Amino acid sequence: MTRYLRYLVPLAIFFILVAFLYRGLSLDPKRVPSPLVGKPMPEFTLPRLKDPAATLSDSDLRGKVSVLNIWATWCVSCRAEHSVLLQLARESTVDIYGLNYKDERTPALQWLQQLGDPYVANAFDADGRTGIDWGVYGAPETFIMDKQGIVRHKHIGPLSVDDLNNTILPLIAELQATP
Amino acid sequence: MIKRFFSLLLLCLLLVAGTAQAGVTLEEFKFNSKAEEQHFKDLIEELRCLVCQNQSLADSDAELAHDLRAEVYGMVQAGNSDEQIVEFLVARYGDFVLYNPPVKPSTYLLWFGPFVLLVIAALMLLRSVRRQQNTATTEISTEERAQLDTLLGSTTSSKGDKQ
Repeated sequence: MTRYLRYLVPLAIFFILVAFLYRGLSLDPKRVPSPLVGKPMPEFTLPRLKDPAATLSDSDLRGKVSVLNIWATWCVSCRAEHSVLLQLARESTVDIYGLNYKDERTPALQWLQQLGDPYVANAFDADGRTGIDWGVYGAPETFIMDKQGIVRHKHIGPLSVDDLNNTILPLIAELQATP
Repeated sequence: MIKRFFSLLLLCLLLVAGTAQAGVTLEEFKFNSKAEEQHFKDLIEELRCLVCQNQSLADSDAELAHDLRAEVYGMVQAGNSDEQIVEFLVARYGDFVLYNPPVKPSTYLLWFGPFVLLVIAALMLLRSVRRQQNTATTEISTEERAQLDTLLGSTTSSKGDKQ
């Protein structure tokens, strides 16, 4: 038995290593899990993008299932994601809010005019202070909140049509169905 | 050879000096004392930038790192303790921002794994040393002794023959 152990132990260690390395292949170190998931959404009050005199705050997002999308005109992958957000707005009754992150007003308004506007309203976070409270570290990012205002999901990076169909839409439907 | 070694050493030193200078400046922040500045530097050295993940907040030139440095500076000036500042960042970005991760069940493997491996290695070493000692002190039978003597004897004699 001990004679075989001499070969079996290194073989076992080898397979354990292979398992770890194989798992590592499908992990993206850029995707850091958010500690906000499962917690109430951070409070904020910011001027709106379209109407600087009016404010948008977390209370506008409460009492219903809501989506908060962090975007900016300087963010290249936000442009790629935009059509998916338009699709989300078409296919779901959910209210999509935007956090225009460290951006300028004029190009941001142009962007919405040219590419279409999936948002119910946009908060204008010029200095990125609200972004810090939401743990934003790279646009685009998308949060989904339930009716109690608890963060249920965070998507880092651009949403794809697959993400929409496999994760986002089913989750929204599920959250909307629960009281 | 020695010349080559020294030129290589010089090159390494230059490279190190280069990276040290490439760090970000803290000129925008005002400090009342050297100690205060050092404290701030030590704090941001321990915090990780999420954008360029292998750099600390002290090293990174990313926009977010810049904002977070300003945030940490503001909190230090407002009299927050290091723990409060770290807690503030962990609440938003998770344990990932810490270069010094906390000891908790999900990090037990990280913290204690190396010691477990060390103990296993020590046990294996002990076992193999014991085994060697055992073979060294093994008694041989008279028959084996006689055989050994013949062999040794024949070697000496054959050597003698050649000489």
